Amino acid sequence: MSATIQTENGRRASPVFSVVATIAKTLGTIAITMLGLLFITFVIGRIMPIDPLISILGERASKEMYEATYIKLGLDKPLVVQFFYYLWDVVRGDFGVSRLTARPVIDDIIRVFPATLELATIGTIIGVFVGIPLGVVAAVKRGTWIDQTARVIALVGYSMPIFWLGLVGLLVFYGILGWVGGPGRVGIFYVDIVPTVTGLILVDSILDGQWDVFRDAVSHIILPASLLGYYSLAYISRMTRSFMLEQMNAEYVTTARVKGLSEWAVVWRHAFGNIKVPLITVVALSYAGLLEGSVLTEIIFSWPGIGSYITTALLSADMNAVLGGTVVVGLVFVCLNIFSDMLYKFFDPRAR
Amino acid sequence: MSNAEPGSGEKQNLRDWLRTETPTSRRHAKIASLYQGWLTLKANKLAMIGLFILVFLVLVAIFAPLLAPADPFEQDLANRLQPLWGEGHLLGTDSLGRDILSRLIYGARITLYIVTLVAMIAPIVGLFVGTVAGYAGGWIDTILMRITDIFLAFPRLVLALAFVAALGAGIENAVIAISLTAWPPYARIARAETLTIRGSDYISAVKLQGAGPLRIIVKHIWPLCMSSIIVRVTLDMAGIILAAAGLGFLGMGAQPPSPEWGAMISEGRKFLLDYWWVATVPGLAIFTVSLGFNLLGDGLRDVLDPKDAGDA
Repeated sequence: MSATIQTENGRRASPVFSVVATIAKTLGTIAITMLGLLFITFVIGRIMPIDPLISILGERASKEMYEATYIKLGLDKPLVVQFFYYLWDVVRGDFGVSRLTARPVIDDIIRVFPATLELATIGTIIGVFVGIPLGVVAAVKRGTWIDQTARVIALVGYSMPIFWLGLVGLLVFYGILGWVGGPGRVGIFYVDIVPTVTGLILVDSILDGQWDVFRDAVSHIILPASLLGYYSLAYISRMTRSFMLEQMNAEYVTTARVKGLSEWAVVWRHAFGNIKVPLITVVALSYAGLLEGSVLTEIIFSWPGIGSYITTALLSADMNAVLGGTVVVGLVFVCLNIFSDMLYKFFDPRAR
Repeated sequence: MSNAEPGSGEKQNLRDWLRTETPTSRRHAKIASLYQGWLTLKANKLAMIGLFILVFLVLVAIFAPLLAPADPFEQDLANRLQPLWGEGHLLGTDSLGRDILSRLIYGARITLYIVTLVAMIAPIVGLFVGTVAGYAGGWIDTILMRITDIFLAFPRLVLALAFVAALGAGIENAVIAISLTAWPPYARIARAETLTIRGSDYISAVKLQGAGPLRIIVKHIWPLCMSSIIVRVTLDMAGIILAAAGLGFLGMGAQPPSPEWGAMISEGRKFLLDYWWVATVPGLAIFTVSLGFNLLGDGLRDVLDPKDAGDA
């Protein structure tokens, strides 16, 4: 009797334990990956340049500044100690001061990140709402012209240089047709009208009730977001199609059809219901991809996001800003990856 | 052989020899299976278009000095920003009066150079790391795969940018930066293949014959990883071209006056609204070549790796 109770207790205890263990393991993975990332940025910033101080301060730094930074970075200490100094700085959110803006890098990043977030989010929304139906239809109508068209759309998306497509889009829709707003987040007359609350200008303008600012912001974001959306659509539609093909060949689909269910119910309720979980992972991955893919897009559209920030810093050899930006983008990337993994486990008991 | 028609002669014999179900030697079997693969690939129209594009690219790169109508570096300020189909300049001229067509033709060499180098460095590093991890197992496996995962978890373009920032702009550094970010997927693939091969009987047989781990990895595991690696390389090429062009566009890759396609777009960008062809024509070249690689890669996957082809 007591033995049975014990096993029961054991069984009951184990799920709690496994949840704790999973969380601990996930945090461990994040920590190790981030440590690896920081090690690489450390190597890039401190070991690769011939004189890391010049790469941080520039060539015209005064002697006092040079020496102060020398002591602060601990360059007289062994590399291992320097690495720990670096880690400690990063953990406190101290990426040093940007030479270009003369402000702490972390403040700059907090200021520019919402712009990138806004762009990537709208891009992903477009990718999801066009890409998933396209993939489902391509799988259901396999081999027809719809499937072929979807395939070509995706292939073209994979092969197109995004910065070039951006230029062509700008040329056609802004330069020739004049349908959309030009570069930047809002037109020059609307700059700094709305107070910054979230940093997302679409949200801020609604909060402030400034509808003309909102309209202008929409006309500016629509083109770059559609571009990014096209890229995520290419990926999402291909993945959706292959997931769906797998389901449509399964026996339960035949059963559902034999039962006399409508094709709509078979496809969307039964087959699609089963691919939701892997799709979440795909969408999260493509979202992370867009955060990065926005680097080139932001340049084309003069979008003041983190991609523009990193590249501008790069061109003026502002190493602190480059590395700080890399670390932040990397952190978001890693977190999204792991988050999608966790979602997968949460929704799909088989993966636990 | 017996039902070969008497009139068709040697050609028919060769085809029979190639299509045989009962090869007579190891070399024969290898050639026959290559031929089978080629037949399957040939049936795939899109893949053949891709192959055609790439062969064309290689030919253009090789014969660039013969094909180019003008010197790609020669400036002619009197004839700057000439329109398309202009006299003596089929694709017009850029802001320094250089012939765009000639620059595109020479640019093919740079593209090919970058792609070839990355295609040699990244897969070999990945193959090495993956097979060693898979074959050795234990803590070596854990450490190598953890490193792979770290690299895999990074945003590739941003990491490449950071590398170039430290190494300095230039075409060789761009190659190194792209390779450093491109190897992890190969390591994953090679490890997965190695894990399935490791326990098979023929590896035990080779081991009993006294082969060491190095010989087993190089001679008996690498050849079997090749097909999935080749597919992945072909599909990756498009991404590599786009990454290289992106670096060039940002001014971090090939430096002026080099006729690198991405850098050409960036130069033409300033004149986009009035002289649109200067920036858009090189983009078409990039698009065509990376489309070629994607098409061929798709076809090769159907031939070499039928298990996840999934396409009709």
